[in-house]
Parts: sequence; C-alpha cells; structure tokens
Amino acid sequence: MKMKVKSRPLDILLVEDNEDHAEIVRRSFSGHQVANTIHHVADGQAALDYLLRQGEYADPKKSPRPDVILLDLRLPKLDGLGVLHEIKQARELHKIPVVVLTSSKDDADVSNAYDSYANSYLVKPLDFQKFTDLMRDLGFYWLGWNVNPFDEGVSH
Amino acid sequence: MILLVEDNLDHAEIVMRSFKAQQSAHAIHHVTDGESALDYLLRRGEYNDPQKSPKPRLILLDLRLPKVDGLEVLKEIKQIEDLRGIPVVVLTSSQAGNDVKMACDYHANSYVVKPLEFRKFTELIGDLGSYWLGWNVSSVDDDTSG
Repeated sequence: MKMKVKSRPLDILLVEDNEDHAEIVRRSFSGHQVANTIHHVADGQAALDYLLRQGEYADPKKSPRPDVILLDLRLPKLDGLGVLHEIKQARELHKIPVVVLTSSKDDADVSNAYDSYANSYLVKPLDFQKFTDLMRDLGFYWLGWNVNPFDEGVSH
Repeated sequence: MILLVEDNLDHAEIVMRSFKAQQSAHAIHHVTDGESALDYLLRRGEYNDPQKSPKPRLILLDLRLPKVDGLEVLKEIKQIEDLRGIPVVVLTSSQAGNDVKMACDYHANSYVVKPLEFRKFTELIGDLGSYWLGWNVSSVDDDTSG
C-alpha cells in the first residue's frame, strides 16, 4: 500500500488484553510510515473510560480522540461487543471507525459485530509475519485512505 | 462479487479495470443509479431471482446518483439486518464535511475520496480491494458467488 501524507501523528486506541498481541501491534505500528501513537488499554471498561474521558482519563491530553479503534472481542470487565455497542450509540463517538481485531472466526461474532455497526472485522493471523503485514495494510487504509470525519481538512 | 454503484461511466471503467488488473477473482456488478442499487440488494423487479442477484461481499457507493441518492441508499441498506454485514465503502468526489458526517451517521463502513489522478485512483482501488476483499471478514464470506 502507498502512503498518503498526513499533517499530524495519528492516534490509535488499542483495546487488547493479550499482552503478546498488543506487543505485535505496537511493534508493527512503531515502524509504520504513517506517524502514529498507540494508546493501549487492556479491558473494556478502560476503553470506555478512555473514550468518555472518565476517571484516570479525564485529562484530554492523556486521552486524545483516536482516529481508529482496534477492538478485541474477548475482554475482561466489559466485553468487546458491549464496548462497540456503547461507542456506536454515543453521539460524540459513533463516527470513529472501529475495527474489530479478534481471534474469533465465529459467524455469530461476525454477525453481532456488524449488527452493532462495526466498521470492519479482522481475524488475527497466527503467523507473526502475516500479523505484521495486516497491521501495515490496516494502518495505510484507515490512517491513509479513509476520511476522518473530525479532520480539519474536511470542510464543515 | 462487488456491487459498484456509480453513475460516472469513466470512473466505473477505472474501477473495473483496476480490479481486473489485480487478477481479482471477483465479479463486479455495476449499476448507475440509487434505485437500481436498492432493487439489486432487495431483489426487486428485474433482480427478483436470487441467483441473478447474489449478495455482494462489498459495495462501492458513490453519493451523487440519479433517482435515489447515495446517502439515502446507504441509510436504507444499514437499516436492514440482513444487509448490514456487507461493508459499504462510500467512494465519492465529495470532500464536503456534511457528506462525511452524514455517511458516518448512516453507518458507512468507510469513506474514501476518489483521487483526481488516474494512477492514484488505480492505487486506491488496489488497496481497497486488498483490504476489504483480502483481510476484512464480511458476513457474506461463505457465499460461493464471492
């Protein structure tokens, strides 16, 4: 994929309880051509706290609105579908693209995710190289081609 | 297969040629207005026979369309549970904030602006194809007509 130049580093919210997977995502994005910052939370409640700027995330400087959310499904405290549902119902959050990134290939999970308006559904590759390739393409697509509704460049 | 909803024949040509160049195995069904898009997806009129109108794995949707405009098509599709699992990528010349906002409100999966330059347009279609048909899992994936 080719790069589209952005004027600022982009923010990614990674909601992932598996530390190994989180590390792969972080490493893949640290080398990415599109400048970015990964904000990582490890459970569903923390994801909502981050997005709604509650508790420890009250300071907007600590919790910039993400340009894309990578969301695992099996999470502690509040599961991924619950988080997705809340995001897509919230007036101030529903426009943020949510990419489900999960080990599950279950038809029911796919169907439920789209029913709750997930933007995309990706299955984590088992192979490390493939996982990295996926992160690379994901970055180029969501941070490069897809239009961010909050971008200054978009006239309102 | 891919449903392409595009009234500009030059743009449609670029899209179809780009997909062909990727040696993509996906058939493309092209309609040139919003009403035909809905007829196809809802299997109305000439698209009555499900064999003639298999569910697409991806919808590329222009906004400014004759008969029924793109935002209206999007709104209708996303209200139907049976169709909600098909990714809809708005592919338009418009960068107007209001169009982006409305498309998001109606739950477009993605919003992409058509590049003016031919080579970039081809690049876009290439990346779009790899992402939505390669990586992304849609609810239509087991459809053999893919």
